[in-house]
Amino acid sequence: MAFREIDLNMGPQHPSTHGVLRLKLSVDNEVVLRVEPVLGYLHRGMEKLWESLTYAQVVPLTDRLDYLASLSNNLAYCLAVEKLAGIEVPKRAQYIRVALVELQRLASHLAWAGFMANDIGAMSVLLYGFEAREDILDIFEEYCGARLTVHGVRIGGVIRDVDATLVSRIRAVLERIPHRLEDIRALLDENRIWKERTVGVGRIAAGDAIDYGLTGPPLRASGVAWDMRKDIPYSSYDDFDFDVPLGANGDVYDRYFVRLEEICQSIRIVGQALDGLPEGDFKAKVPRVLKIPPGEAFHTIESPKGVLGFTVRSDGTDKPERVKMKSPSFINLQSLEHMCRGNLFSDVIGILGSLDIVLGEIDK
Amino acid sequence: MPAEKADRPELAQALEALTGRFAASVLSGAVDRGELAVRLTKDALVPVLRFLKDEAGFNAFEDLVVFDELNASLGGGARFTVIYRLYMFPGALRARLTVGVGEGESLPSAVPCYRSADWAEREAFDMFGIRFEGRPDLRRIYMPDDFDGHPLRKDFPLAGRTRGL
Repeated sequence: MAFREIDLNMGPQHPSTHGVLRLKLSVDNEVVLRVEPVLGYLHRGMEKLWESLTYAQVVPLTDRLDYLASLSNNLAYCLAVEKLAGIEVPKRAQYIRVALVELQRLASHLAWAGFMANDIGAMSVLLYGFEAREDILDIFEEYCGARLTVHGVRIGGVIRDVDATLVSRIRAVLERIPHRLEDIRALLDENRIWKERTVGVGRIAAGDAIDYGLTGPPLRASGVAWDMRKDIPYSSYDDFDFDVPLGANGDVYDRYFVRLEEICQSIRIVGQALDGLPEGDFKAKVPRVLKIPPGEAFHTIESPKGVLGFTVRSDGTDKPERVKMKSPSFINLQSLEHMCRGNLFSDVIGILGSLDIVLGEIDK
Repeated sequence: MPAEKADRPELAQALEALTGRFAASVLSGAVDRGELAVRLTKDALVPVLRFLKDEAGFNAFEDLVVFDELNASLGGGARFTVIYRLYMFPGALRARLTVGVGEGESLPSAVPCYRSADWAEREAFDMFGIRFEGRPDLRRIYMPDDFDGHPLRKDFPLAGRTRGL
């Protein structure tokens, strides 16, 4: 067939772009030549807004960034503020935080597995994934009253203590999730259609992945063992025993594999955090009006999407002079063109899905 | 804190090599809380980035942060402070380069050195109006192309502005 370059628009209202993302695609028949993501449809000017709020008022707004992993955003921001203000977080609060953000990772990865399979055309996986996620959202609802924009981490600790009832509920959920995971794996692992749509699709080599700034499960699927929980442990992560699952081929299938293995590891971590929950306070004493001496701090965590960081700069008042977010989805999306080039047009959806982007976090 | 690896020899060596080779451009340098912190003039930015990537092993570009120093600039300082954060994997070491840039001045682009700096520079251009030279395609990334102004500048109001929308 003759060469014929066509420009196509995907989005901003496309069900598979997970929000409002527009992709400008150039294709030669079925083969992708160029992909240009067009951002800003969800830009709410968060960073500008934060400059007019006190340090504590910023925390609930971070829920709205990566809204599938609100607690991870809370934690990253609070850690940066605590580092800047020199606030020591009690050990018990650190353990509760770890349990919360690992539950959040479970919820995020389970939702991803559902969305991803749905994008490729396997709708039943969505129902299994969401059934398991529902269990975790119920825990969040009991803990803090919210299911989506969960606000559990505060500067100096967490919003409230966990009691024996909640601990036993979490344990019951942790026991159920592996069964749900088996259901999902039985549907997908050796599914011929799934494998044809994912194995060898959207590959990125380890060197390119680092060069493009890729972090999180897509980077580890390329075989790079970069995990902030191990590299620069925060919030007592060095107390817990867990593995960092790695892929080998850096394709869509390996990203699926890495996330499902991470679910198993997160279950281990939550269990250990509950087992070893130390006695003590669930929050440090933080003044109601927090004024921080002039300075600047940067802190990163391993969120479900990748390395999430906050730079907080203080000018001595009760409001941050500037808060800059290093958003993993924003940086991961940059490598989309590299992954899609030369692949089939129909695989763009699968590759985009495999990056697990959230537009709330990209557009800020 | 585990992040504070002040005695990591790699950082001290990199700092020594930097101050030796770029003596005229490095304004100050220190190894602070497990991080190599260097303040330099913008003419040496790209050679220093290249040195840190190719010779010192900082293979990942983490973030680009801009601070608007509106008040300090009224006293004669540079209008913007730009911070480049680099990361070394494996090793978990960080480097932090600080450059001052005045109103209407431009910076050399880091994209030829680190591909992942592409969108970060577009964001800095969009939000602060800092221009980056030597790279293709410096367009706004969040705001519409015909938007007037740069929202994260300190003299840009939070509300009550209709011009440019």
